[in-house]
Amino acid sequence: MPTNPRRASPPATPPTATSRPAAGAVQQATTSRVGVRKTYKLFVGGAFPRSESGRSYAVSSAAGDFLANAALASRKDVRDAVKAARAAVSPWAGATAYNRGQILYRIAEMLEGRRAQFADEVRAGEGLGKSAAETAVDAAIDRWIWYAGWSDKVAQIYGNANPVAGPFFNLTTPEPTGVVGVVAPAESSLLGLVSVIAPVIVTGNTSVVLASETRPLPSITLAEVLATSDLPGGVVNLLTGRVAETGPWLASHMDVNAIDLGGVADPALGTQMEVAAAENLKRVIRPRGGEDWSAEPGLDRLLAFLEPKTVWHPKGL
Amino acid sequence: MTVTAKSTDTSPRVERPTDLADVARSEAALRTFLHGLPGVDQVGADARAATLGTRSIKTSAKKWAIDLAIRMVDLTTLEGADTPGKVRAICAKARRPDPADPTCPAVAAVCVYPSMVATAAEELRGTGIHVASVATAFPSGQAPLAVKLDDTRAAVSDGADEIDMVISRGAFLAGRYMEVFDEIVAVKQAAGAAHLKVILETGELATYDNVRRASWLGMLAGGDFIKTSTGKITPAATLPVTLVMLEAVRDFRSVTGRQVGVKPAGGIRTSKDAIKYLVTVNETAGEDWLDPDWFRFGASTLLNDLLMQRTKMATGRYSGPDYFTLD
Repeated sequence: MPTNPRRASPPATPPTATSRPAAGAVQQATTSRVGVRKTYKLFVGGAFPRSESGRSYAVSSAAGDFLANAALASRKDVRDAVKAARAAVSPWAGATAYNRGQILYRIAEMLEGRRAQFADEVRAGEGLGKSAAETAVDAAIDRWIWYAGWSDKVAQIYGNANPVAGPFFNLTTPEPTGVVGVVAPAESSLLGLVSVIAPVIVTGNTSVVLASETRPLPSITLAEVLATSDLPGGVVNLLTGRVAETGPWLASHMDVNAIDLGGVADPALGTQMEVAAAENLKRVIRPRGGEDWSAEPGLDRLLAFLEPKTVWHPKGL
Repeated sequence: MTVTAKSTDTSPRVERPTDLADVARSEAALRTFLHGLPGVDQVGADARAATLGTRSIKTSAKKWAIDLAIRMVDLTTLEGADTPGKVRAICAKARRPDPADPTCPAVAAVCVYPSMVATAAEELRGTGIHVASVATAFPSGQAPLAVKLDDTRAAVSDGADEIDMVISRGAFLAGRYMEVFDEIVAVKQAAGAAHLKVILETGELATYDNVRRASWLGMLAGGDFIKTSTGKITPAATLPVTLVMLEAVRDFRSVTGRQVGVKPAGGIRTSKDAIKYLVTVNETAGEDWLDPDWFRFGASTLLNDLLMQRTKMATGRYSGPDYFTLD
């Protein structure tokens, strides 16, 4: 195996047509180009930085083969991501539900365009067969569409005009909670990931997501989709790395308003993060092992990160 | 003097006769002196500042630096929309920057417009926190001298014990150094016992050579502090400009024996930035300047970041802006 395949081109002095006609042609045909490998980086504030720590870690396929190096996020990356998420809250929560819905549909369109790439990554990472991987990707895109539809409907279903004993309109509307930390499921690298991000952002929250530690590659490809879909920078921030290292910093961060611990596999870590999250009374989705991501998701996750706001408005003259 | 030259200096030491009393005897003499100052190596100054900015200050040293930086803050509100209520609020914050933590030190001073001095002085009486007032037609300095002097006297009589004056950049850039010099002398006289900070507005001075000249001019005329900028134009304070000014005060002390303070103002928003400045102070002027009497930060948003960092170090978890006042 030559160290550089580009060297395998024909020699400087071409062989004569009579002596080795076939050899030159064969060499020409087998000249392979050097593939351009993707650098998997973090996704923070709409940009793709490397980890502040400069670290990375090797990601292997389900079969144990080396796939790529992913960035190994540090606590300072968590801090930067929370800052970016906080800055994005007001424009994203202030956008109309219709506008947010349109952007989410746009993301689904972009996902559709990368179906094959996602299927390959899911297949390698989760060790699925070709058709099972494609099914998982299709389910993820459909899941995203399903949540996108809720953007301008959730207030209709979960808001209310309350009857009160006085000359007032009394209206309750669901409002976003703010910055939501998310620990993505470890096993389901795309469907699970989509199922925890979409319900958070569709209602106007922004998120800091700790991607699956062992299967992070689809999350960064998803970030590339998000970056090209009119989603404002900072609404979704994706960090790859060790959940046991960054998770507690995210859970204890005083500027994070809620956290979804559904993807935490280790019970001790889950408890530690719940305790840390209690310090500023974050809304918490507790660790729950063995979720079936292919099942109909229900609205638990979407409703968990909403705050009901009630206004009294005088009626009549 | 005690200050020793560092081999990494960006400028040669200024070697001058110790008697500077007569450099301002005439316009020509003053110009000869200011233009005789060694030029600043701009690339060198930028590189030196960048290098100093890479120092890693962690754990106990960082804790110490943050507390020192808080004690050096001139908590500033200079808005057309300032009201007595807002000034009272920032005075309360100046006294107890972090109400949740009694060990948090108070800031050095509150900096307001002359019309708000009386309110601030009332609020800060007996606390040891200084009342600083901008004066002399801040921020442009474009007013007749008599108006500027009245401005200064009014602020002092209302209770300001520090006056932040702006120099006439127009006169300075036109080369009328004597006019600027006389104006600083006159304002110093009008300010009486109050400390005089001379704002150079380095963002309008165009070159580091001019910054060095203006620094010397401000010091020769009797300024107790030299301050980078008003905060009203960009660029405001930058690390290399502050480095040049720190070299100037160091050289000035070694020549005359009088120590002058430095105050960068505007654009310093994070604890990390503040610590870079402290490193630069220590490495350029020396430890004598690492004191709120000799180095100040003109800032408003910086304080919250310092408090958040301080809280993070105390509690071990990241803090958020929800836990501190907005102004």
